[in-house]
Amino acid sequence: MTVALSGKDIASKLEERFPGSVVESSQACVLIKPDSLLEVAAFLKDTPELNFDYFNYVTAVDYFQYFEIIYQLTSLEHNHSLVFKARCYDRENPAVPSVVELWQGADFQEREIYDLMGIRFEGHPNLKRIFLWEGFQGYPLRKDFL
Amino acid sequence: MEVDRPGQYIYSDTEIDRVEGQVIEELKASSQEALPDPDQWLEEEAEKNILVTTVDAVINWARRSSLWTAICFPACCAFEFIAANGPRFDLSRFGMEILRASPRQADLMITAGTLTWKMAPNVRRIYNQMPEPKWVIAMGACACSGGIFASSYNVVPGYNHIIPVDVYVPGCPPRPEALIYGIQTLQRKIAAKSNINLLERSKQG
Repeated sequence: MTVALSGKDIASKLEERFPGSVVESSQACVLIKPDSLLEVAAFLKDTPELNFDYFNYVTAVDYFQYFEIIYQLTSLEHNHSLVFKARCYDRENPAVPSVVELWQGADFQEREIYDLMGIRFEGHPNLKRIFLWEGFQGYPLRKDFL
Repeated sequence: MEVDRPGQYIYSDTEIDRVEGQVIEELKASSQEALPDPDQWLEEEAEKNILVTTVDAVINWARRSSLWTAICFPACCAFEFIAANGPRFDLSRFGMEILRASPRQADLMITAGTLTWKMAPNVRRIYNQMPEPKWVIAMGACACSGGIFASSYNVVPGYNHIIPVDVYVPGCPPRPEALIYGIQTLQRKIAAKSNINLLERSKQG
């Protein structure tokens, strides 16, 4: 079975490599600053002993005070997985860096989040609506959408 | 073999999306009111008594006995339709077993499933491509009224906002028996139609 890596262990590694990139960590996940998300993701993918080559999903949650973007990665070689998150406090124009350059599988999922939650993914090559049509007003999965 | 680098894929034209969005917005704006039943059920008996000729009887018998269904199954009610088509319920007893992939060869549309606004222009196009005379059965709660999704941001509250519906089959999903009853109801409706009367009406119009 796939081993879920401890967020605390990964957080100490990340803190060593990129000081200040980790906001908090628990057994289940690591919370990362949006600014350093792209370099952390590249590190997770390219480090041989981690080698997260498979992108499970990216999803987003609206907690009113902030949006939380959640990523799950798996390494097919080492058979372990990791969940890491980033928070966006800007409700008017939330944005996080896109990871499409690292994992092609993030393409449609980031577009879905952009479509339904209104979070921009900076650097996405084709960021446009995927389920709803051009001209639709609002973002339906936000908690304040009626 | 060289694998494409990310970012080198060809993405669809944004102009197409803009036009699509415009079409959907226009359709949505013009479909806020439900279309009335074109044949007015209440006058059925009266129409039957005005003019029933032998020609009518033959034409209606031919039409109702081999209804060919256009494939328009956007969601899960399709599985009840497939069950109805299978050996247990056997729609071919009513001359109904043929499903046409092309709407140009069909005269009945069984709308099995939820319709989103994004899909609505395509369903309307399929309906417009069907030759006259044509009928529509709204199958399931979503097709009748939008069902549990009626107040959603992108679900059409009933097919009758987009196309005129002849028979409504409620249920979520309806049992194959209910669908068969709906089809038989439609066949009775076709049988009660007076074609010559209709021709005169269209001449006047």
